Parts: sequence; C-alpha cells; structure tokens
Amino acid sequence: MFALHRFLAVLMKEFVQMRRDRLTFAMMIGVPVMQLVLFGYAINMDPKGLPTAVVTAESSVFSRSLTRALENTGYFRVVATPASVREGERLIALGKVQFVMQVPEDFARRIQRGEPAVVLVEADATDPAATSNALAALQQLAATGLQHDLTGPLARAGTAAQPLEIRVHRRYNPEGITQYNIVPGLMGVVLTMTLVMMTSIAMTRERERGTMENLLATPVRPLEVMLGKIVPYILVGYVQVVVILVAAAFLFRVPMVGSLVLLSLVLVLFIATNLAIGFTFSTIAKSQMQAMQMTMFFFLPSMLLSGFMFPFRGMPGWAQVLGEALPLTHFLRIVRGILLKGSGIADVAPHLWPLAVILLLVSAAALKRYQRTLD
Amino acid sequence: MRTGENSSDLAIDVVGLTKRFGSKTVVDDFSMQVPKGAIYGFLGPNGSGKTTTIRMICGLLTPDAGRGVVLGHDIATEAELIKRQVGYMTQKFSLYEDLSIEENLDFVARMYAVADRKRRVREALEQLGLTSRKSQLAGTLSGGWKQRLALAACLIHEPRLLLLDEPTAGVDPGARRDFWDHIHQLAHDGITVLVSTHYMDEAERCHALAYIAYGKLLAHGTIREVIDQANLATWAIEGESLMDIASELRAQPAVEMVAPFGNALHVSGTDRAALEHALQPLARREGVVTREVEPSLEDVFIHLMRGLGEAARPEAAKA
Repeated sequence: MFALHRFLAVLMKEFVQMRRDRLTFAMMIGVPVMQLVLFGYAINMDPKGLPTAVVTAESSVFSRSLTRALENTGYFRVVATPASVREGERLIALGKVQFVMQVPEDFARRIQRGEPAVVLVEADATDPAATSNALAALQQLAATGLQHDLTGPLARAGTAAQPLEIRVHRRYNPEGITQYNIVPGLMGVVLTMTLVMMTSIAMTRERERGTMENLLATPVRPLEVMLGKIVPYILVGYVQVVVILVAAAFLFRVPMVGSLVLLSLVLVLFIATNLAIGFTFSTIAKSQMQAMQMTMFFFLPSMLLSGFMFPFRGMPGWAQVLGEALPLTHFLRIVRGILLKGSGIADVAPHLWPLAVILLLVSAAALKRYQRTLD
Repeated sequence: MRTGENSSDLAIDVVGLTKRFGSKTVVDDFSMQVPKGAIYGFLGPNGSGKTTTIRMICGLLTPDAGRGVVLGHDIATEAELIKRQVGYMTQKFSLYEDLSIEENLDFVARMYAVADRKRRVREALEQLGLTSRKSQLAGTLSGGWKQRLALAACLIHEPRLLLLDEPTAGVDPGARRDFWDHIHQLAHDGITVLVSTHYMDEAERCHALAYIAYGKLLAHGTIREVIDQANLATWAIEGESLMDIASELRAQPAVEMVAPFGNALHVSGTDRAALEHALQPLARREGVVTREVEPSLEDVFIHLMRGLGEAARPEAAKA
C-alpha cells in the first residue's frame, strides 16, 4: 500500500539533502542559466563581419567601390590589405583572415571596356558552416556590386550580361564536407571531457575513501602526487588520439595534410593542460559527485564557445574572450591547422603559447589549492 | 607535569597545544610528555580531541597555539622529518581497498623510500601473518585483517614512534590480544607507542596513560597514579532491587555517580566520609551488602569527565 507518510518522509529528506549540497543546488540553477546565455546570446549560426584581406594591384574607383560593397554585405570586414597574393595566403593559412579577395591588375580597365572582370576570392572553408552564408552573399555582390559606378558612359558596360565575375576558391575543404571539420575537432572534445573528468576525481576519491589521511601522513610532496596522478592519463589520452585518428582516416577519409609528429608533440601540451584543470577541480571539489559536476560545468562552454559546434567568429566579443580562455579553442585551431591546412610549427606557435599559459596558471592554482594537512 | 625530565628521553613533548575549528576549541592548552619506549594510552570520550591531538603530533594538522617536539623535531617546522620516523594508523582504514595487501605495502614502502623494499615487504607480510593472503584485495578483508594490514603498513619504514588511533575498534577479542602482544613486542624493541582507545582492559595494558575530555588533559601517569590522583571513594552494593536503590542514591548530594556493574552497584564520591554516612542506612537494610572497593579506571574516568563536563558545558553552550 502506498503510504502518504512514508512518501512524505522520503520527499522531505530529499529536500533537506538537496539544501545541504550547495554545489548541486548551484548547478541545478547554474546549468540552465548558462545554457540560456550561451545558446541565446553567444551562438550565431550566421556569422557576420568575417575578417577579410583584400589584395589589390591597382587603386581605381572600381576596386574601392567593390571593397565597400563587400563590406556592405555585412559578412566581410576588411582587416588587411597585403601587398602580395602570397602574403594574403599566409594570412589565411594562419587563420588570421577567413577570406582573401584578389582584385586583378587590369580590373578597372576591363570594367571600363565592358569586358568581364574576374575577382578571385579564396575562402578558408575548413568550417563550411562559417563560410556558406558569406559565399552566398558574394554572388549577390557580383550582380549588383558595381551598379552605382556604372552610370553615364559606362552604363553600357553595366548592361552586359555580367560585368563582374567572382570566382570562389574554397581552400582546405573544397567540397564543404562537415566531417573534415568536425572529426579533428572531436579529438579535442573527447580529450577535454574524458581527461578533465578522470583527473577531477583524482584527489576527491582519495578524500572520499579516507585514503587521503594516509597519503598525507607519508612524506610525499604535492608535485609528486600531481605528476604521479597525471602522467598515466597522458598515455590514456594518446590511446584516444590514435583511435580518433584511425577513425578519421579510414571511416571519414579526413585529409591529413600536416605532420602527425608535430600533432603528437602539441598534444602533450593540450593533454597536460586538461589534466591540470581536472586536478585543480579535484582539489576544490569535496566529493566525486561535485568533481563530476564541475567537469560538466567546464565542458559545456568548451563545447559551445570553442568553435567546435558553432563558428567562433559568429560569437559576440564577450563570448570570444571567454572562448580564448578555453584550451579547446586553441587546440581546435591547431589540430584543424595541422590536419587540414598542413600547418607547420611556425603556423601553430601563436596558438601554443596560450595553451602553455593556461597550463602554468592552472598548475599553480592546483598546487596552491593542494593541502598538505587536513586543516 | 614532568618538566624536570631530559627532553632527549622523550619521544613526544608537546606543550600548550590548541586547535580550533571555527569557533569550537577542540584541543585546549594540551600538554603531554611521552617517554621513549613507553606504551602510552590515550583515553577520553568521543569528540574529546584525541584524533586531533594525534594529527597535530604527526603534522597532519597545524596547531593554533602551543609547541611541540616529536623525536627531537619541531612539529611546526619539521613535520617532514617527523613523518619519516612516525607510523600513523588512522582510525578509519585508509589504505587502498582496490589494491592487494602486497600492493598496498609496496606502495607505502615506496612512499618512504624504504631500502631493500622487496625484502621489507616480505618481512612485514610474514611478521603479521599476511603472507598467505598477500594477493587478496584489501577491500575484501574483515576488520581484524584490515587492522593487521594497517599495522604492517605503518611499520614498514621502521618508525621510531607509532601513533595508533583506536586501532582495535570493531576487532574481536582474539585479534585484539594478538595485536597487543605485538605492540608489547614493538615497545620491547624500543619503539614508542601512543595508542588511543575506549577499552579499559587496553588502558590497563599501557605503561602510562593520559585522559583527555573536552580538549583538556584531565589526568596522566601510571594507572596507579591516575586512580590515586582522583581521590575517589567507591562502594559496591549488592542485593535486591538495586535499581530502586540507585535512584534513591542519586538524590544524595554526597553521591557523585551510581553505575551498575553486573550484579552490583558502584557508588562513588570524592568526599569519603560524607559518602560513607550517606550509605549507612542502606547497610542496615536487609539483604543489602555494602563494602568499600578500589575504584576502577572506568569509575575514575567517568568521574573526571563529569567533573569537567559540568564546568565546560556552559562554555560550550556559549560557543
């Protein structure tokens, strides 16, 4: 028989326990708020103002007008005007710009003569989602971009079938295959989730099982404990990497243009950073349950703000700043750079030092939080 | 306090130790001197600060006040050196339940960088009769075996001082006796042992003891000294309807405590003459026998605890 008094007893007990467990309570409120903010404000599937470089060999009213029209679409923001095409390509390889527009030397002359002029736009298409709308806007631009200038004697040119042709060259992922972008990124996501989780229970497990007291009674030093607990999982991380790379190569046929040796070197830094973050959580959390919750709290923004699921450049400034503080953001740039663009050490270096800084800060916090006594 | 004693003869010499958790003073101005090679019993009710004191001695907690020297090292600045020479057996089993007996011992031996580690582990297994079970996971052991393993683990680095925090709680009498035989053998070999316990029979196996309640040291010395210092008079009363007599006696101001002991009542008080006077009407009652007995250690401890308890309680209520 269902007895109301027993049901109420269980119910009341749950409420009392819920109230005692502050962190869980905070999570229950915090997670929906965080999701609302991230999904509602930070995520934008239609990124605008993408950084663009314009390489122009001439300076005519037409090329200036084209550049203005390009910016007026809202999708492009001209951030650089490199002198040569090579320099422009370098910017795209480094990920500094998403697009490079090349205006040919004879651009103005051809327009004036009413001959079709060709403008080449190179796009970093590693993330098809980030570029597709912008590229669609380009076709609109080709049709109407020069209308204002083609007046008077030039109106004749404007009536030509199509005075301006914009040729798009999708670099790195010409067919726009989403997996090419997702699978390498997934490596970072998997490592972030599993490694942070595994080390986050490292110290809490000792504390929960009561083995912490015995550990502290020995002469062991914090750094010895921390390294001893982290290093095994670096190996675990590498095993995961191998699984993902094999799947990427054989199941998804993801191109691997760059050096796998470089990738595995960079991975040490990324894996160690995640493990240090997990270890820091474990010095703060009071139970394994709390450690798991903290991991989820870290994982959620990592997924959403790193550029893994949604285009990084589509996010508002504050979300980008938050994203820059996450190791996954930097690793995604590195792993996509190496696998899809064939980046070398010099190309990935600008993304390596933020990882190193995060690692140092987090490790310092972990060692400071690690208590050598039971006080 | 035996301040005259040469400090080099002392394994533990702590003075004025105080520890507060928030507004609660758990150990209050506590001093204790434990001579080398002694088995020193550490007694007191639950929550009296025994574990906290032991943790301060081995560097797991930082005292808020007071100072101390353990094995010639300052507890405030040389915890590292103290840890190397102290074997600490925690109240709750604190080895890894998912490691085997041998793996646990090997881990602890590595922590202390024990020389000739494999041999030491083998010896420790033999000494405590664990060899046949060495591959068994610690989590699957019963209380008595866990205790043996814990003792083996805190002996593996050949410490000079053993701190045992209620080592025999939940252990059967046979295993307890084996355990105490072992402790006496260790003391004979020159190891100092500080052991906390709730069992009176175990207190009686110690060379000397200290009694702590509400964070304060109430008595210390040999059992004889502790009993004599208490200056307690005790009568045993045997006969019919003892429970009625007990409630009768509790109303008497001279009677401090009344406690049933098997078929007898133990009635104690500090004012011997007044107590005797109070018991006189009983002695004349038919079927009731009263005789003066030596107060037991338990009588003394409960007397000490109550005496301080009444003084300390209003204070605790304020906090």
